[in-house]
Amino acid sequence: MSVGATIVFSLVLLLAIVGGAAVLTWFERRLLGIWQDRYGPNRLGPFGILQVLADMLKLLTKHDWVPPFSDKVVFIFAPTAIVVAMMLGFAVVPFSPELYILDINIGLLFFLGMTSLAVYSVLLGGLASNNKYALLGGLRSAAQMVSYEVFMGLSLMGVVMLTGSFSLRDIVEAQRDGWYCIPQALGLYVFIIAGIAESHRLPFDLPEAEHELTAGFHTEYGGMKFTMFMLGEYCGLILLSCMITTLFFGGWLGPVLPPIVWFCLKTFFFICFFILLRAAIPRPRYDQLMSLGWKVMLPLTLINLVATGAIALWMQGA
Amino acid sequence: MYESFISQLRTIWQVLLHSFTKAETVQYPEEQPYLAPRYRGRIVLTRDPDGDERCVACNLCAVACPPDCIALQQGVREDGRWYPEFFRINFSRCIMCGMCEEACPTNAIQLTPDFEMCEYDRQSMVYEKEHLLIDGPGKYHDYNFYRVSGLKIDGKDKGEALNEAEPVDVKSLLP
Repeated sequence: MSVGATIVFSLVLLLAIVGGAAVLTWFERRLLGIWQDRYGPNRLGPFGILQVLADMLKLLTKHDWVPPFSDKVVFIFAPTAIVVAMMLGFAVVPFSPELYILDINIGLLFFLGMTSLAVYSVLLGGLASNNKYALLGGLRSAAQMVSYEVFMGLSLMGVVMLTGSFSLRDIVEAQRDGWYCIPQALGLYVFIIAGIAESHRLPFDLPEAEHELTAGFHTEYGGMKFTMFMLGEYCGLILLSCMITTLFFGGWLGPVLPPIVWFCLKTFFFICFFILLRAAIPRPRYDQLMSLGWKVMLPLTLINLVATGAIALWMQGA
Repeated sequence: MYESFISQLRTIWQVLLHSFTKAETVQYPEEQPYLAPRYRGRIVLTRDPDGDERCVACNLCAVACPPDCIALQQGVREDGRWYPEFFRINFSRCIMCGMCEEACPTNAIQLTPDFEMCEYDRQSMVYEKEHLLIDGPGKYHDYNFYRVSGLKIDGKDKGEALNEAEPVDVKSLLP
């Protein structure tokens, strides 16, 4: 694409993601409602979709309060960091053969780097709030994300080995003969779990854990700054679904329908799947989370890595 | 480990099946829930079958009321009937416990299956006698206190009530 087209596309993408994340707040509540035998927000507008607008107005008109006891600069910076990092993550996602912003040969590493940067937001937010609940939330998120970071990256190395490239477009192209969800089933499983832990969504939302920590790292946040955290979380969810689609389910590949439609359909499916996980799976205890990470997920990833490497070598030799 | 993995997959599947079950929600303002006739809601003062006030202002309801939301003042009419000069219930305090209804000796105060009493102004939650008094006898259709009680009123002397014996003349020696 030309420079102009890229700029236009990135602006459209930005709007689409922010709008998508906003609609997702409503969509998630409706879906959770359906799975919990209730309706969810269904009053405002058709199917209650204007609830998004009402929530936005409410959050915009809220008092933008910075606690006097907080570390003010960091406190204000923290919520922006997660949104910026997640948005940057979208830069490397190939939506279709033509629609992408960046096609760099380290695309996958860029994505991993950006999701790791998002951890700082939660961490700094918790630390700068100068509040015991926020601090505990921040501590938990630090431990959780650092440990899940390890095999989130490792679980994708199987895909990289099979493709021989870090470029996401190459990875999609390499799946023409068959999606990686079958040879890399173990990697997919680990990546999904690590991804949820990374975006600290419900089965792994220990940094927030409203039953124990009021709201964890964003206890002191309100109004637009709180919105930024939420926006970042939902962007993270979309990004994660995009990456699963790209890495394991053939990205834009698919018969009949245009590539972008296939990509959106697959992404939408995974977003619904993550909401289903939220509806179904209870939050583990903190020590269970840690032991699951280090004692189960990490060995599984390493087995997957070694097996994939061995098979790839064997295939090359044959 | 293996079992818990299967159990979680099973949980996800069962939650997914809930996509096809009907929501339990009652869409309240459009869809009214069934309220039993003896539901404890807004309090009313009823009249006896002849159309007179049942309340004799005995104050038992005010005494029984746990949050102390009932206030009244007794008066006596010229015909000998007792009545409340004013009767005031503060519904912003009322807990709809029904103790007043149980305490009432004349079935005057009754609770109704209506709870929609929202107001913007707190003062509007204070109901006076004119707001509380209804035209009918409520849940007890043919009970009339003055017809069964021994109290003397105009047109009904001592001993003339239903099932009432003639008054005993304690100053007479005759059996």
